[in-house]
Order: sequence, then C-alpha cells, then structure tokens
Amino acid sequence: MAITVETHDRLDDAARALASDQNARFHGGGTLVMRTVNEGDEPFSKLVLTRDPAYREIRSSGGSVVLGAGVTMSAILANRELSFLHPVARSVGGPAIRSAATVGGNLFAEAPYGDFTTALLALGASVEIAGSGGQSSIDDWLRDRDRNRNRLVRAVSLDRVSDDRSFRFRKISRVKPKGVSILSIAAYLPGSGSRITGARIAFGNMAEKPVRSSGAERALDGQSINEQVAEAAAAAALDGLNPVSDAIASEWYRREVAGVHLKRLLIEG
Amino acid sequence: MTKKPVQFQLNGDQKATFVDDGQNLLDVLRRGVGDLTPKFGCAQGTCGTCTVLIDGQPHMSCLTLAETVEGKSVTTTAGLENGAELHPLQKAFMEQFAAQCGYCTPGMLMAAKALLDTNPNPTREEVVEAISGNICRCTGYEAIINAILSVAGNSPQRYGVR
Ligand SMILES: Cc1cc2nc3c(=O)[nH]c(=O)nc-3n(C[C@H](O)[C@H](O)[C@H](O)COP(=O)(O)OP(=O)(O)OC[C@H]3O[C@@H](n4cnc5c(N)ncnc54)[C@H](O)[C@@H]3O)c2cc1C
Ligand code: FES
Ligand code: FES
Repeated sequence: MAITVETHDRLDDAARALASDQNARFHGGGTLVMRTVNEGDEPFSKLVLTRDPAYREIRSSGGSVVLGAGVTMSAILANRELSFLHPVARSVGGPAIRSAATVGGNLFAEAPYGDFTTALLALGASVEIAGSGGQSSIDDWLRDRDRNRNRLVRAVSLDRVSDDRSFRFRKISRVKPKGVSILSIAAYLPGSGSRITGARIAFGNMAEKPVRSSGAERALDGQSINEQVAEAAAAAALDGLNPVSDAIASEWYRREVAGVHLKRLLIEG
Repeated sequence: MTKKPVQFQLNGDQKATFVDDGQNLLDVLRRGVGDLTPKFGCAQGTCGTCTVLIDGQPHMSCLTLAETVEGKSVTTTAGLENGAELHPLQKAFMEQFAAQCGYCTPGMLMAAKALLDTNPNPTREEVVEAISGNICRCTGYEAIINAILSVAGNSPQRYGVR
C-alpha cells in the first residue's frame, strides 16, 4: 500500500493527525513500523511523526522521572540518573536498534518484544496521552492497548528507584549476549532489606502483553526474601498467566522455566 | 507517490536528493546517491549489514525512514578510508582474516567504529556487545572480535579517530 508521511513540529498537532485518521500510525524510532513498511503489507496508509523536543525530553525532579515517549534506549543508557533502568534498556536489541528504539514504541511492541514495558509495569509507571487524553496507570493502559493505537503517548512517569535491591530485571534468551527473549521478569520489591510491602512482579512473554503475576506478589507481600519465600513465589508465579508459543519457545517451555528464573532473580538479585 | 527533497551530509559531503514517502535510508543510499557500501540483507533490522552512523550513532539504515536524516550527518564504510589509505579497522579486518565472503563486513566495521569512537579501549565483552546486532555466517566471529581488539587499546593515531 502506498503510504504518506506527515511530520509535525508540535506533539499536539501530531496527536490530532493520529486521532483523526484510523489508517494512520505513529512513527517513533521506526524499528517495528519500518519493518512492516519494508514488507509492503502495512495495514496503514499514513505515518505520523513529530519533531517536538518535548517528545524526547527526560525530566527528573525529586524522586520522580518523566521519560518523553521519544526517549531512546541509548538516551536512557547515556543518563546516569537513570542507572536503575540501564539493565533494562541494554536488554533491548543491539546498539543500532537501541539508538532508534523508543519508550513509546516499546509500549506497543507485541510479544516477543516489550522488555522495557515489562519493567515499567513492575515499576508502576503512568502513561500520559498527548492532547487532552489525560494520564492512566500502566496497568489500565496496557489493558486497553489495542484501543490506544491512535492516541499518541506523550510520556511515561515513574518513581526513581534509589535502592538497587528493590528493583531487579532479567531477560532470558537463548542467544548471548543478544537474543529475543524467552521471557523477561521485572520485580519491584519495596523494603526488600526487611519485609516487602507492595511487591510488583511483571513478566514479559508470559501472555500477549506484559502481565503482572498476582500469585507471586501475594507470596512475597509481608515476607523477607529467603529460599522458602522465593520457592513459594515461584510456585505461585503462573497463576492466571497465559504464555505465548512462538519460534523462540513453546508455551510449555515458558511455563516450565518461568518459576525457576523468578526464584533465581529473587535469591541472586 | 510524493517525492520529498532531503539534504544531509554523507561522509562529509553535502547531498541533496528526492525520497519517496516511506522509503528507507538504505535504499536512498544505494539507489539514490550511489553509495553501495551499506548492504541489503534482511530489511528487518536483524542482520546488521546495513549499519551506518547517523550523527555518530549506529543505526540500521533499512529501518531508518530516509526523510528523518534531513540536516544530519551519515557515515558509511565508504567514508572510512582516507584516499588510498585504509582505516585501521579495515586494515585489521584484512590482515586478520576477519572477512570471508565479506557481506557482513560493512556493518561490522560501522558497529566497531561506533564503539571505538566513544570507547577506544573496550573489553572483549564490550566488543561482543557492540557487534551483537550484526550477523556473520562465515567467520564464527572470533576473527572479527580479535581484529577490533587489535585496533582498540592502541594510540588514537593508530585508530585514527576522525
Ligand atoms: C532486530 C530487533 C531486535 C529487537 N529486540 C528487542 C528486544 O530485545 N526487546 C524489545 O523489547 N524489543 C525489541 N525490538 C523491538 C523494538 O525495537 C522495540 O520494542 C522498540 O522499543 C520499539 O520502539 P520504536 O520507537 O522503534 O517503535 P516504532 O516502530 O516507531 O513503533 C512501534 C509501534 O508503536 C506505535 N507508537 C510508537 N510510539 C508511539 C507513541 N508515542 N504513541 C502512540 N503510538 C506509538 C507505532 O505506531 C507502532 O505501532 C527489536 C526490534 C528489532 C528490529
Ligand atoms: S538489511 Fe538492515 S538489518 Fe538486515
Ligand atoms: S564474512 Fe561472510 S557473513 Fe561475515
């Protein structure tokens, strides 16, 4: 299909252009969207871009961080204040993917991608929609993701993690050092030095989109991490999850290994 | 289909050309301005042979919407040698048999340059990481890693940062 490309100086104008045309898609870093264009079978007829500097801005004040949707994985890696997100950003593709891949694009990336979004889900980020779209929790936003395609994401905001032990991330892949993930796990464990309150455990590739494991969260809440607690969290991890089968791993394999990797993440950090 | 004018620097020279809506940079480099050094492998971002530097950062040119390089500086393997003088990375690849069929080589060279420009003295792990988005089906990677390491850690004159 022949496509047209529209670039707007202002984010809000890009948001209007996107919202007013169901056949339009936003172009972030293009690492997914351009694959479709190169194939020539794109289900859209227009690409919308923006040059607005606000779209690529990283702001941190006090304990919170706002990442413009156009912030790339490389920009995160170049920012020392975001060191808690470095292992996550580094897990996305190779260097030439990371210099284009954006936070906003990762929110829409379908399994087996979306490793950064898995971390955002564990961190309880909020997603801000451009124009008058407001803000929603990442849980709500992900639930409605298919309906959000034509609503331009402006930014995501999250609390900065200062205690290294309270946020952990691991991507499991066959090919080292880079490969598509079999699954990824992000664990936010506030108070992990003593008793955990408000654990958020998110899995990538254990469902169509990043998903929280309420079973593991229940097993961890109010506990200090030890072998037994980690074992209980691993045993409960699959409650309600529905892993995908793809060329990387079968649903069966993902079910078999998810708990093992969660346990390792909890014990080894 | 609309044609759009785009101007950018290619290996230090100003280029002006017309691009189609949706056309990728690899196509524009090869067919539009005649630089055949970035190769076409997969057009999916997975092989890395089309890697170029845009404002110094490595990018898959097949996944780069051509019009987004307006006003930017693009470096390809054609920009590495200095007249008859090969770039130290090129020399090391040649001398240490880091290329067999050579199809991955332009992408490997650009990925290596992106690394050494910012980190002239990388560890082996950092070299492996830097070329992790580039596939080679011939060499088994060892010769490539060793060639990059042999240039790294040497004086800037030897590497010839430019
Ligand atoms: C070789 C290769 C390896 C990869 N490896 C990984 C990996 O390891 N982990 C991983 O998670 N991903 C991986 N990816 C997928 C992808 O690169 C990342 O998910 C990236 O973050 C997507 O961002 P983008 O800006 O390039 O998205 P784009 O291609 O620009 O967009 C993707 C989708 O999101 C929509 N979109 C983008 N931004 C917005 C916005 N602000 N508002 C509304 N809609 C928006 C687009 O319309 C499109 O539908 C890989 C891709 C390739 C090609
Ligand atoms: S042709 Fe661009 S990555 Fe393969
Ligand atoms: S030398 Fe043949 S693919 Fe690398």
